[in-house]
Amino acid sequence: MSAIDIWVRDFHARAGQLPGAQLPWLAGLRQRAIERFADEGWPTRRRENWAHTSLAFMEGQTFDAPDTSADAASEVATEHPATTLARLRADNAEPGHWLVFVGGRHAPTLSAIGTLPAGATLSSLADALAQKADGTASAVEQAFGSSDDGDSPAALNAALAADGAYLRLARGVAVEEPIHLVFIADGTETTRHLRNLVIAEAGAQATLVEHYPDGGANTGENPGATLTTAVTRIEAGADARITHLKLQQEAEQAIHLATLDVRQGRGSVFASHSLSFGARLARNDIRTRFDGEGGEVLLNGLYHVDGRRHVDHHTLIDHATPRCSSREFYRGLIDGNARGVFAGRIVVAQDAQRSDAMQRCDNLLLSRQAEADARPELEIYADDVKCAHGATVGQIDDDSLFYLRSRGLDEVRARNLLTYAFAAEALARIELPALRRRARAALLARLPGADALSELLEEVL
Amino acid sequence: MLEINNLQASVEGKSILKGLDLKVGNGEVHAIMGPNGSGKSTLAQVLAGRDTFQVEGGSVSWDGQDLLAMPAEERARAGLFLAFQYPVEIPGVSNAYFLKAAVNAVRRHRQLPEFDAFDFLARVKAEMKAVGMSEEFLYRSVNEGFSGGEKKRNEMLQMSLLEPKLAILDETDSGLDIDALKIVAEGVNRLRSPERSLIVITHYQRLLDYIVPDQVHVLSKGRIVRSGGRELALELEEHGYGWIGDTGEVPRAPAGAAS
Repeated sequence: MSAIDIWVRDFHARAGQLPGAQLPWLAGLRQRAIERFADEGWPTRRRENWAHTSLAFMEGQTFDAPDTSADAASEVATEHPATTLARLRADNAEPGHWLVFVGGRHAPTLSAIGTLPAGATLSSLADALAQKADGTASAVEQAFGSSDDGDSPAALNAALAADGAYLRLARGVAVEEPIHLVFIADGTETTRHLRNLVIAEAGAQATLVEHYPDGGANTGENPGATLTTAVTRIEAGADARITHLKLQQEAEQAIHLATLDVRQGRGSVFASHSLSFGARLARNDIRTRFDGEGGEVLLNGLYHVDGRRHVDHHTLIDHATPRCSSREFYRGLIDGNARGVFAGRIVVAQDAQRSDAMQRCDNLLLSRQAEADARPELEIYADDVKCAHGATVGQIDDDSLFYLRSRGLDEVRARNLLTYAFAAEALARIELPALRRRARAALLARLPGADALSELLEEVL
Repeated sequence: MLEINNLQASVEGKSILKGLDLKVGNGEVHAIMGPNGSGKSTLAQVLAGRDTFQVEGGSVSWDGQDLLAMPAEERARAGLFLAFQYPVEIPGVSNAYFLKAAVNAVRRHRQLPEFDAFDFLARVKAEMKAVGMSEEFLYRSVNEGFSGGEKKRNEMLQMSLLEPKLAILDETDSGLDIDALKIVAEGVNRLRSPERSLIVITHYQRLLDYIVPDQVHVLSKGRIVRSGGRELALELEEHGYGWIGDTGEVPRAPAGAAS
């Protein structure tokens, strides 16, 4: 059962063994966080920001570990983490740094961190918490966040997070190759709580991939429910350039509750690409705040849901300082009886003059029962600003369909191609070709008829 | 040979084609002219198989086949080509691969071997040169961000690659400057052959300065109200469409018409 008191009991049983349990600041933070979670419970529709996504069902949701006495057949159903990783790495021949987690814990034997430039530190959060020297402990403390951040699922994460990635880039340090954070599900651990901390000092540069792969063939007859909570916090110092690509491809019965919290210093450039393709329920809270002038942010998102699945992106761009620009583009493909929710809030503070904000959310409904909610929320307190927003919900365009059929493509293939083309606009914003190809492969894995489309999609003839 | 008998078609309950008859023989070029709203584009789309139009009656026979019974993609594979008045943009799909997929769909139907990338590239580059398109357009998404003229050239490129038996050009000349118009006309003229039929739909006579039709038809209120040689186009140029009676009856040539 997932009733609140069970989580609280679980916390007390585990708290002593959590990484960093010996650190008073962390023990206190965890205690306050679990108290807050116990007090607030799972968010329901009555709570602000959860009108379209109630987690009331979590009270009765069980996360039973699969039967360990299972026969050989169910063993085959789950791909070995090493196999999953090998598959991912084979698809990503380009150099990169791989920090791998299995079942919510760092897996050192699967990880492969290449040579990092001086001034770059990449480790598991558990390792960072164990560091006593070189100021890591105080850096972690500052970056960790507080028990008050976000909504109650984020508080549960603060209380229970047992691992995650820790990346620190000293002033001016640039990591050229993408840093892959891979969170592989474990057949036995059904819940995991991850916290990733990124501290990029002035002028630092990095590209991070936060990947929740599908676990290969883990689609047995009755896959059990799993829960992932993930909080990623990024501090981008002045003129830092950080790109974050999240690829969520969790299994069919997964519940995925995630937060991305970004602070941007003066002149920093941050890009988020949030690709949500898996899970039964996926919720992403993405917040960024400009703490200095001249910052730029891109929030790019793409989601695909079918069956009875549900995806929800809530974003907040806080133009707290003048002369910053934000670009936000979300696209959704919604099939079956699924539902896609987007709520994008943009706040422009009173003295944030010459802010430039643009937001779009476009949804393509692929069935009559599919449902999309797109809600822009602009709160503008400054007077010299440029703000534009737009939202659409539509179906495949008849003119386009006829155009393709009139060139000999059959209707099914034409539909599949147009569905892909709708989503491709989001992929095109991913700058690194290797990551763009990977995102495309993940999208095609979700769409019907991908094999027949592939000849149309090669980038170079 | 295309034979249209008493074709009637409507959209959303509104009758547009009201008993249209037309015969286009192999190797012939027919121009269809008429005022806005006369049904020109509807005729083009009904022939190409657009199912938003409801065929209410009549028949269309094409080389002995019942054209109206075929889905749009089968008509295309069998050699019918419609050059669109408003070609559609398809972001995310490269023009090169779109063209190759279209060409190979037709070749499969004709039981010809499919082109491989190398052969196709050589062929498409030669055709692009002929229609005055730079190779850069191969690698861009289909029609995305193309100017009006570039989109029309891309239609001509597709037409020449697909080698249709029956090509219908729906106001391909609209929005083109005179140089682009000449290029389009050259593309069409290169396609003229004894086994190929062409229907050129246009509002203006000027395209017919460069594509000389065998026959000109005037469409009004869903029917062909007058047919003649190319001199009919000149007559329309001089007198406009105003002389066509409100009820669509066939008038005599107005007094003073060019002889």
